[in-house]
Amino acid sequence: MNAWQGYLRSDGAKGIRNLILVVYTVECASFVAHEIARGQEDVHVVGFPGCYDNDYAMRLMLALATHPNVGACLAVGLGCEYTQPANIASAATKSERPSEWLFIQEQGGTRAAVEHGKQAVERLRAQLAARTQRAPMTVADLVIGAECGGSDGTSGLAGNPAVGRMYDLLVDQGGTAIFEEVVEMMGLRDILLERAASAQAARELAAAYDKAESYCRAVRQYSISPGNFAGGLTTIEEKSMGAFAKSGSRPIQGVLRVSQPAPMPGLWLLDSVPDNHFMQFGYTNPNDTEGIMDLISAGAHIILFITGRGSVIGSPVSPVIKVTGNSRTFRRMQEDMDFDAGRVLSGDITLNQAGDELLALVQQVAAGALSKPEALGHREYFLMYKHQDTPSLETGCRA
Amino acid sequence: MATLMEDAPAGELQVVGGLSLSALEAISLGHKVSLLPIACDSPVIKYGVTIGLATRNIQPGEWVHLHNCRSLLDARSSTLDPHTGIPKVKLP
Repeated sequence: MNAWQGYLRSDGAKGIRNLILVVYTVECASFVAHEIARGQEDVHVVGFPGCYDNDYAMRLMLALATHPNVGACLAVGLGCEYTQPANIASAATKSERPSEWLFIQEQGGTRAAVEHGKQAVERLRAQLAARTQRAPMTVADLVIGAECGGSDGTSGLAGNPAVGRMYDLLVDQGGTAIFEEVVEMMGLRDILLERAASAQAARELAAAYDKAESYCRAVRQYSISPGNFAGGLTTIEEKSMGAFAKSGSRPIQGVLRVSQPAPMPGLWLLDSVPDNHFMQFGYTNPNDTEGIMDLISAGAHIILFITGRGSVIGSPVSPVIKVTGNSRTFRRMQEDMDFDAGRVLSGDITLNQAGDELLALVQQVAAGALSKPEALGHREYFLMYKHQDTPSLETGCRA
Repeated sequence: MATLMEDAPAGELQVVGGLSLSALEAISLGHKVSLLPIACDSPVIKYGVTIGLATRNIQPGEWVHLHNCRSLLDARSSTLDPHTGIPKVKLP
């Protein structure tokens, strides 16, 4: 399979899903937002819980509302919060996506707002259907994100290396590969910098590494958890070697910030760590879902999630494909796991075969097949306060 | 270090690459066994990089984990339970 039909957006971007995204602007609006979307497979929900606004979270919501997999947007607010649903709807409108917004207070409460919201979704779906254009897509159009979570001793031997091999194929065929978790590269500064595609990329990688290390020192927490230890990982340095394997072997073009799309194809590192002067504000890698949202904000169509211990998360907007290097986990959690890279350890397939099979699976999901978490209805999301010095909000919105 | 691809009881291990090694204790899938003697405070090497320092002398065939290896960066991990990775409970 070389090409499939994607969804062409007015900015030229191509999506693999044609979703309606409901975005809420404060925790107080989350119930209504979920009621509006309930039972509709093409309607996904994300939202920000804070009442006080935050540039990073706003950029994230705008990036999701105008993501290639999203065709229309409904923004839902309570009515008192700083973040304005009208601004989210207007950014979506500017990107030529059908969009609407509402305040629950103005609608007259829960029931009226849910009713209004459901009608708005019907209107958006009709407008979207009328304007949706299909276009052929190939691997070269794909942006793939990779993250690991619930790692164990097999993750660095099979799960992450299989994704790394697939990333090499993706990059060689002109696609875009994004990996993250700089806090899981601790102790590997030299190995990371050796992979830089240019002197500028090396400077960016060094800055991202140094910031992450001082961040972990400041918060006295490294990105390693009880499940990792129980699975045989002893130190953050050991976990990092395994995590870094998912980047494959191609040169790293540079460092992206949250909500920043890759300026050109190739392999990129996403930096989701809060910036120095505001370091205690926000927590990096508070959980796996936050990392997945960051990757989607950078334009990832699909997320490869590598888990040795077994994880059951999915995400809105972009399907998650579950890869495990632990065949025992694959058998135990078969309904949740898409790909058994543990076959590399048992000698049933080679790492190269695993990379080929994984790329074929990615293409099937891109062409419309549901990944396991997607079919189960997993739509976890997590947006929170964080501070990153990123381009101005206007630029961040790609206004 | 070698990594266990299956749970193993104490006794002879089959090592990819052909080394002869006997596990001194039962070791679980994904965990590490030392191939060489390591002196206290010496580097513990896996994937060709230093993943930590030995906190006591380690024999070939010994399970290597939180009880005998510490991170150079993260001070917290060596305080955790070596079997579960869970923080030891501090009751008031």
